[in-house]
Amino acid sequence: MWTLAIELAYWQQTAIKLVVVALVIPTAALILGYVFLMKMMSFMQSRLGPMEAGPYGTLQLLADGVKFLQKEDVFPRRADRYVFALAPVVVLVSTFLLYVVLPMGPDAVVSSLDAGLFFVLAVASLSVIGVLMAGWGSANKYALMGGMRAAGQLIAYELPLVLAAIGVVIQAGTLDLNKIVLAQANGELFGWGGMGFPYILTQFLGFAIFLVAVQAELTQPPFDMPVAESEIVGGYQVEYTGFRFLFFFMGEFGTAFAFAGIASVLFLGGWYVPGLDPASGWFNLIGPFVMFIKIMAVSALIFWFRFTFPRLREDQLQKLAWKVLIPLALLNIVVTGVLKVLV
Amino acid sequence: MSVTEREQRAFIAAAAADARVNVELETEGMTLNIGPQHPATHGTLRIIARLDGEQVVAAEPVMGYMHRGYEKLAEVRTYPQVTTLINRIDWLGSFANEVPFILAAEQLMEVEVPPRAAWIRTILFELSRLANIALFLGDMGVQLGALTPVFFAFRDREFVLNQIEAVTGGRFHPNFDRIGGLKDDLPKGWIEETRGVMVKMRTFCDELEDLLMGNEIFEARTRGVGVIPADIALSYGLSGANLRASGVDWDMRRDNPCGLVYDQLDWKVWTHPDGDSFARYWVRLQETREATYMVEQMLDGLPAGPVMAKVPVIIKVPAGEAYVATENPLGVMGYYVVSKGDLGPFRVKIRSASFNNISVTPWVMRGVYVPDVITILASLYFILGDIDR
Repeated sequence: MWTLAIELAYWQQTAIKLVVVALVIPTAALILGYVFLMKMMSFMQSRLGPMEAGPYGTLQLLADGVKFLQKEDVFPRRADRYVFALAPVVVLVSTFLLYVVLPMGPDAVVSSLDAGLFFVLAVASLSVIGVLMAGWGSANKYALMGGMRAAGQLIAYELPLVLAAIGVVIQAGTLDLNKIVLAQANGELFGWGGMGFPYILTQFLGFAIFLVAVQAELTQPPFDMPVAESEIVGGYQVEYTGFRFLFFFMGEFGTAFAFAGIASVLFLGGWYVPGLDPASGWFNLIGPFVMFIKIMAVSALIFWFRFTFPRLREDQLQKLAWKVLIPLALLNIVVTGVLKVLV
Repeated sequence: MSVTEREQRAFIAAAAADARVNVELETEGMTLNIGPQHPATHGTLRIIARLDGEQVVAAEPVMGYMHRGYEKLAEVRTYPQVTTLINRIDWLGSFANEVPFILAAEQLMEVEVPPRAAWIRTILFELSRLANIALFLGDMGVQLGALTPVFFAFRDREFVLNQIEAVTGGRFHPNFDRIGGLKDDLPKGWIEETRGVMVKMRTFCDELEDLLMGNEIFEARTRGVGVIPADIALSYGLSGANLRASGVDWDMRRDNPCGLVYDQLDWKVWTHPDGDSFARYWVRLQETREATYMVEQMLDGLPAGPVMAKVPVIIKVPAGEAYVATENPLGVMGYYVVSKGDLGPFRVKIRSASFNNISVTPWVMRGVYVPDVITILASLYFILGDIDR
């Protein structure tokens, strides 16, 4: 079978990867923002959403982006200028780092790390620092409350996120994201090979906990207390205007895209489709499309929750994390571990 | 030094150390101005909240940012002109604002309204209740973070507004009520259309019962939050659904219909014993549904005849005083009209429901969390124009 093999120098590869990552995040944010935030939400609420800019309003977010760039860059008088200015960048950098290890095909990955999953979960929590900086640096009471809420929430939900992923790691026996995909591709479905074995079948509880924790990590309803427009008027984002606000927006939707990608790698079989040889180089071509479809499916779930549920209160959120999600995740780990040893 | 003395000294030293630590750890409170520009106050209400972390130690509402002086303005206008002003008090259910004032003027003039006018008046009164409370039912979701219900509310409220517009010509400010009756009769085909709208409104209520009230997060956020016992509710002068949600069975429509035809209808006053935010939402939802049934009954029993009594072209109200209160969408609304026999009233005192309803906030907002402040404000349901007039 003919395999796809292109040899490139190291600097060429690096340049390509940099361009791809720099393009992917705004594109991902645009796609999610348009498809879900604008269209799906509008249809759920029996309205049309944007229809004027471009066919069916597809260019609305580009128009919004241009509008954001034109706006004045406002600093509050009492703000801690450097912290205030740096905060959106920190949030966006944490989003960028998430894409580094996200595998779109056997070789279509920026950097395949042995501890890829560990890396993802570690850099995901970097955004907390940016959010705290934004909350503190704005010198605004609402922003401060939002920052504090975000810190408490993100730390509480980091734990179920990690614990839910551990079930998959036990089953696959590796932390490398690409090897996790391969383990699912080569797995047997009730002794029937060639179909692959997505871990959602055995790790359904883990998948559910992972999605809930991701929802909280993204600070989306029902866990959107850090921004909570009706309570603290946007929380840590309240003083940001123009392109700094755009950074937060891109960070939020870029992270949503990345986490949906990680969820599809861990639980839905990543870039693999049943019926093809996982070793085939063709997956470098069709892998990104397969991943894209899976990511959109997971994102649809995430955003569906977002538009349906009311917001929890801060104490109820912590109770949910510590009393429900973490014990369930631990139970999942125990059961997975015992079965792994026995079977 | 005896042992007991040493123990005593150790105890004193430990207590002093504790006290020092406590002073060091004691955090300063924070004063948070919620409003006047805040999305949850849907207007310009300001709440000064003294916070300890996320907990509210004391909250005080500040009103008056939207005071427009309607009571004083009414003194320099003729009676027919006053209705254009008072339309704008509770801008979501405008027609209901006109009715008590007109009733008071009619009482002074001793005018008998033709039966058909009284029935249509009551129909429009209930339609404005639907237009008003439907928005509350969706808006509560927005305040709690659920974006979708409010769009359903705006969508279905539009049908009711269309019906009001078809009769009166005005969607928000009908200015349709006249001393002695109504400006016009119903347009052709209106009765059948309204029946369809009532069915739609009931479907809307069912939808929200599923989407919002049946949601576990909604229950967790509203149950036991902002509990107002019956005696507190009465002593603060709460009225309307806020009072009935505290278990007080009191409704001006049944207890004192004065000129409206509620006593000829078959309907029920809904109460809830809990007095919390959930109860207030529940009572309003039931009342919306009840209102649709009432409108259907009135459409069935609508008598024929004129819609205007014989009144002089230039209206002069004889000297005297009258107070008429009706059960408006937000609660009891009353007008105390003093006439000296002129073209316009000598003095008008307006008793609006939201002013009293919001005055309970300092009592009910002690020790709650910041998100609960929003829940309580949303569930008490005020209109800024109704607070400040």
